[in-house]
Amino acid sequence: MTPSRPTVAITGMNATDNPAPGVGIARALRQDPEIEPKIIGLGYDALDPGFYMDGLLDGGALLPYPSAGKLALRQRLEEIRARFGIDVFMPTLDSELRAAATLADDLARIGIRTLVPSVESLEKTTKPRLPQLNNHPDLRVPESQAVSSADGLADAVRDLGFPAVVKGPYYGAEIVTGEADALAAYHRFVATWGVPVIVQRFVRGEEYNVAAVGDGTGATVGAVAMRKMALTDKGKGWSGITVENRALIDLTKAVIDTLRWRGAIEVECLREESSGDLYIAEINPRFPAWIYLSAGAGQNLPAAALKLVLGLPVPRPMPPYRAGTLFVRISLDQVSDLSTYEQLTSRGVLGPRKAFP
Amino acid sequence: MTTPDTSRLRDLAVSDSGFVLDPRTGHTFTLNETGLLVLRSLKDGAAVYQVVDRLESEFEVDPDDNIHRDVEDFIANLREFGLVR
Repeated sequence: MTPSRPTVAITGMNATDNPAPGVGIARALRQDPEIEPKIIGLGYDALDPGFYMDGLLDGGALLPYPSAGKLALRQRLEEIRARFGIDVFMPTLDSELRAAATLADDLARIGIRTLVPSVESLEKTTKPRLPQLNNHPDLRVPESQAVSSADGLADAVRDLGFPAVVKGPYYGAEIVTGEADALAAYHRFVATWGVPVIVQRFVRGEEYNVAAVGDGTGATVGAVAMRKMALTDKGKGWSGITVENRALIDLTKAVIDTLRWRGAIEVECLREESSGDLYIAEINPRFPAWIYLSAGAGQNLPAAALKLVLGLPVPRPMPPYRAGTLFVRISLDQVSDLSTYEQLTSRGVLGPRKAFP
Repeated sequence: MTTPDTSRLRDLAVSDSGFVLDPRTGHTFTLNETGLLVLRSLKDGAAVYQVVDRLESEFEVDPDDNIHRDVEDFIANLREFGLVR
């Protein structure tokens, strides 16, 4: 049965200069005229900016850090369900996806629906395993090697040549131009994330990103492509523009099909300058932080994902989005009295607010 | 010189002010008045000599100007941006 006004709990309220997608997802859901969900923001810090955005949330709650494990998450979600009556849980961070995928059936038994990929699909998008997509005739991932020692690193950069890209197993990438550079980057990633470290052939070209939703059968529900126009010093997109590019959408559809992807996904692509070939640089198993652009451009992917998990009809194909739609982030100081901070720090929950019936 | 393939130009969104969006890449360009006329003419499928004719009829042209070469240069720029082949 589908609730008339579903309550959705969305993680990733940390809209900092390295923003999580939660605020963008909540804004997109607010924009859908059909669902009118009650939205509960979830975060890890009482100062996560999304908690302070006027009109965004009907309530909020703090979660235990992912390192506390999936049972701690499950227990906390039960508490949040008891308080807010949540129908849907939308994890939005890479670090939450594995636990959410493992818990999906368990959560369904206590009345919390999720739209997450299977653990098996998720595994295939990890950096060490991503090059296996090269087995698919329509997909290309730059030649990569996973290394676990300085000797292995030296062999890999000898094979792949310079410049090369050195990547942490979960996060971060550095372009290196020599062996000393590569070794320094290797040690930085090992110190932060451990092994393996990924060494990848550098593909010179423009980057494009595609956000999409898969229904789990191999079909793509919707997909929006964009090119970043400005980056922060951390390499995060600060503005971008939607593009109409059939090759990018077809590549994303092939990824979703081969992975039987269920839920949100972002495919980061590189168009090689010399060959014009499209390569998959990375796959993120979630919506990107820029996902509100999809709603702004006319194809509301978060709303489609929510409807899918609620069993509501989603038009196939979804309406086309407008190419040439821009997003530009702004830094904005939210002003708040002490009550939001007080509630989150002293009780770990925010609301329900008065407007929350 | 072979006739340039200008079919990709049909995808471009061109405003009256000369602001151009390539929707496939998200790249934007700014054109002056003459550039706008050249682009719109090529977009309509005009040959180089027809573009030259239009420029001569729309603008005051100095007899020393080599408009034909200017149009060819413009097309070379478009080729560099991957907009004509």
